[in-house]
Amino acid sequence: MTSEELLQIAETVQAEHANFDYEVNVCMGTGCMSQHSDKLKATLTKEATASGKHCHVRQTGCMGLCAAGPLVLVDPKNSDKDILYGGVHEADSYELIASLDAKPVERLLTRLEHYFDGQQHIVLENSGHIDPEKIDEYIARDGYQALVMALTEMDPQSVIDQISKSGLRGRGGGGYPTGLKWGTVAKAIGPQKYVICNGDEGDPGAFMDRSVLESDPQRVIEGMTIAAFAVGASKGYAYVRAEYPLAVSRLTASLREARRRGFLGNNICGTAFSFDIEIRLGAGAFVCGEETALIASIEGLRGQPRPRPPYPAMSGLWGLPTLINNVETFANIAPIIRKGADWYAGIGTEKSKGTKVFALTGKITNTGLVEIPMGMPLRQIVFGIGGGVPDGRKFKAVQTGGPSGGCIPDEHLDLPVSYEALTNVGSMMGSGGMIVMDDTSCMVNVARFFMEFCMTESCGKCIPCRAGTAQMFGILSKICDGKASHADLDLLIDLCDVVKHTSLCGLGMTAPNPVLSTLRYFKHEYLEHIDHQHCRAGVCACGTKDASQLAAAEVTA
Amino acid sequence: MQAYSMPPLPSDDKRWRIVNGTMRRHGYNRHALIETLHTVQSSFGYLDEGAIRFVAKSLRVPLSQAYGVATFYHHFSLKAPSKHTCTVCIGTACYIKGADKLVVAAEKQLHIKAGKSTPDGNIALMTARCVGACGRAPVMLADEELVGLIEPAQLLEQLERWTVND
Amino acid sequence: MSVATDVKTLVIDGINVSARADQTILEVARENNINIPTLCHLDGLSDVGACRLCLVEVKGSPKLNPSCVLKVEEGMEVTTSSDRLKHYRQTILELPFAERNHVCSVCVANGHCELQSLGQSQGLTHVRMPYRNPQLEVDASHERFVVDHNRCILCTRCVRVCGEVEGAHVWDVMGRGIDSIVITDLCDPWGESSCTRCGKCVQVCPTGALFDKSKVGSPHPKYPEFLTNLQVMREASREGL
Repeated sequence: MTSEELLQIAETVQAEHANFDYEVNVCMGTGCMSQHSDKLKATLTKEATASGKHCHVRQTGCMGLCAAGPLVLVDPKNSDKDILYGGVHEADSYELIASLDAKPVERLLTRLEHYFDGQQHIVLENSGHIDPEKIDEYIARDGYQALVMALTEMDPQSVIDQISKSGLRGRGGGGYPTGLKWGTVAKAIGPQKYVICNGDEGDPGAFMDRSVLESDPQRVIEGMTIAAFAVGASKGYAYVRAEYPLAVSRLTASLREARRRGFLGNNICGTAFSFDIEIRLGAGAFVCGEETALIASIEGLRGQPRPRPPYPAMSGLWGLPTLINNVETFANIAPIIRKGADWYAGIGTEKSKGTKVFALTGKITNTGLVEIPMGMPLRQIVFGIGGGVPDGRKFKAVQTGGPSGGCIPDEHLDLPVSYEALTNVGSMMGSGGMIVMDDTSCMVNVARFFMEFCMTESCGKCIPCRAGTAQMFGILSKICDGKASHADLDLLIDLCDVVKHTSLCGLGMTAPNPVLSTLRYFKHEYLEHIDHQHCRAGVCACGTKDASQLAAAEVTA
Repeated sequence: MQAYSMPPLPSDDKRWRIVNGTMRRHGYNRHALIETLHTVQSSFGYLDEGAIRFVAKSLRVPLSQAYGVATFYHHFSLKAPSKHTCTVCIGTACYIKGADKLVVAAEKQLHIKAGKSTPDGNIALMTARCVGACGRAPVMLADEELVGLIEPAQLLEQLERWTVND
Repeated sequence: MSVATDVKTLVIDGINVSARADQTILEVARENNINIPTLCHLDGLSDVGACRLCLVEVKGSPKLNPSCVLKVEEGMEVTTSSDRLKHYRQTILELPFAERNHVCSVCVANGHCELQSLGQSQGLTHVRMPYRNPQLEVDASHERFVVDHNRCILCTRCVRVCGEVEGAHVWDVMGRGIDSIVITDLCDPWGESSCTRCGKCVQVCPTGALFDKSKVGSPHPKYPEFLTNLQVMREASREGL
């Protein structure tokens, strides 16, 4: 494959599309599929054929706004204005197709207001615009140009230099500089090297990686292949959660397509470089997001982390040098190579470059996927793009970083999103879950929820995480039940310190974070449970006291 | 020394050949343990002791190691599945949107705790750690089908339908 | 690489020491009579860094490091005991005490238990957290030995000695997290498993979880030192071939 051949494929696809007056894109992400968008697509196709209009009905990946599904995006060729419909059902098909050459169907239009304000799509640039199972549609949108460029015009070191210069950092949450990681693996010596894509998106409340794999799998394959060229790897593994069957099937189909087009296999693009990717299924263990546990899992073992060093870059899969990056990190590679490191480095803050995809969920009007440039204030994400808290409730906190992160209160909402800023307020970037909570959420209860998660997901290898999370969960339950004392709270705080600093892997080290961050900003809620058996959100078993009861308790105290 | 011989297929059930196919594709390499258990799980719906023994022997993996792996990963089930499975997602987004109330309602209706099956083996009530459909929270999986934005009443109706139809 | 570069010099607790490049901090410390407490570590077995008692501070590193797997580096400055480490070690020791059911006075290993003696040496006077007291099985199906899961601290020494030294890999761990349990074969009764009856696991078990039936009611010291001897003898017989 040469760049001329790529261009040819792109032109063929564009010529095909030129035959149509309208494109009707039906979202077939997991969210919309759960609303039977597959059947909707079939009916739309039938209606389109019956109408005799030159209309191309196709499946696409996630359009982002999952709560408003099933989504249909109409792209009329004679106008720049795309029309996004939400809540479309089979019964609406006739009306929708009939409206193509007339006025849009008013009642189905999505009311988005500021949803797209300030969003910048790099990782999601193709999501919702291409059929994820057709490699040629990816090629028609500049796909694989970066790979051809890297293989034919660059050497491995200059690829690594570009990635370093771009300032890209690991999107799995740690934020380790990607170029540095690649450089280390490239320098490591071994008879064979591996590239692993970490798609074990275990953070509850995060679905960015699923969406990217479902909507634009070729982008991930291209990123992995460029990485393999840069570090000198010949074999890759894509580790994907078994809970994501659609992502697995699309990735499987896409790997086949990529091989057919010669982007995987022997002598890729006529060069000496050979590389192929196999899928490995996760089997329901959050800890496998930790890189050494993930490696153990690919080796067919219990997913238990081991102490680092040695790091996987030196001694990873089967003891050989291994590069592990997250799905979203790989999804950023092709655009960086294609458009240049300077372009990418021009987006974001000084230390956090580029964009970040967030899964915006919880008590928020517009739930779904958003991609924003680093540095955007949290307030703009929650109240601008997200449309704020619905039902007239009051915002309480936004939780980022999953079970390893923390709850950020209103006073810090003007914080610009970056790795450092989120860590400074006691949370972390994490993989990109962003869960909004209103005054109906009890922060002690939320901390207990996360601790239960960490307790059941602890692998059990090291003592502090295995037994410490269980003890902390016990104390948090006692507080929720209104049966705890101040001594219990002191012990909880002590255990947080011990577990954080003595656990073997990241899961244990960060398990206390939800407790620590809620203690930092919402200690009064802990004290209300302990001193007055009062849960202001009315969630916990200890019950809720009214103002006069609380005042009376104050007097007695 | 006597050569280590491969165990015979446990029965002439065709599904064992699918399982064997996975192992053959990986050259009967020990590393294929999890991949093979996935095949057993998807073919039979669960891993019974005989299956784990067969896979462990075929791949020359110690029995205790195979059992350790099978019980480490929550995707693998060691019990035969119920006729129907209702899985309520209790990921963070669903929890914040009241998934705990769904679980309580279902427990009350079925008179079982989450993670258990009804005594007649008709319905299993499970919880999941995020199915990645947070945009439509709270969600449940009714058998394999994902249903979003559910209310307790809807969940109870589904359970009722399964109870009546069987 | 020349032999000279294979030797590193470093500082442990203010003492200048030298070490081979492939040595761990724990090894070098013990050579120099610096005592670092350990529980999952045992000379002659692979190290897993799981008990976290041997954590040490390394100057310039924000993280605490398990000395059993931490390799020496030139110019390293290591602190093996401080108020902070002492507090962490005490708390880490409290956790296994409270995790299951450790009542020394009625335990077969009383007086010969590593958990008990560590508690004493580390100044643990009481356990602040509630005992979880799970009701776990006692498997006495084996003709010579018993496993009492209520006293197991999941150090995995039995798993490692069985796999690495005896070469039978009868033991492993099932489940995960707080529900982890050591098992023989497919969670079969020990007496019906493929156990070779060598008894190594009993000798390396630091508590009264694995014990010899014949020792009930009498002192039950254990002799894990056989491992280092076994290592040397195996080396000798390999070279003799």
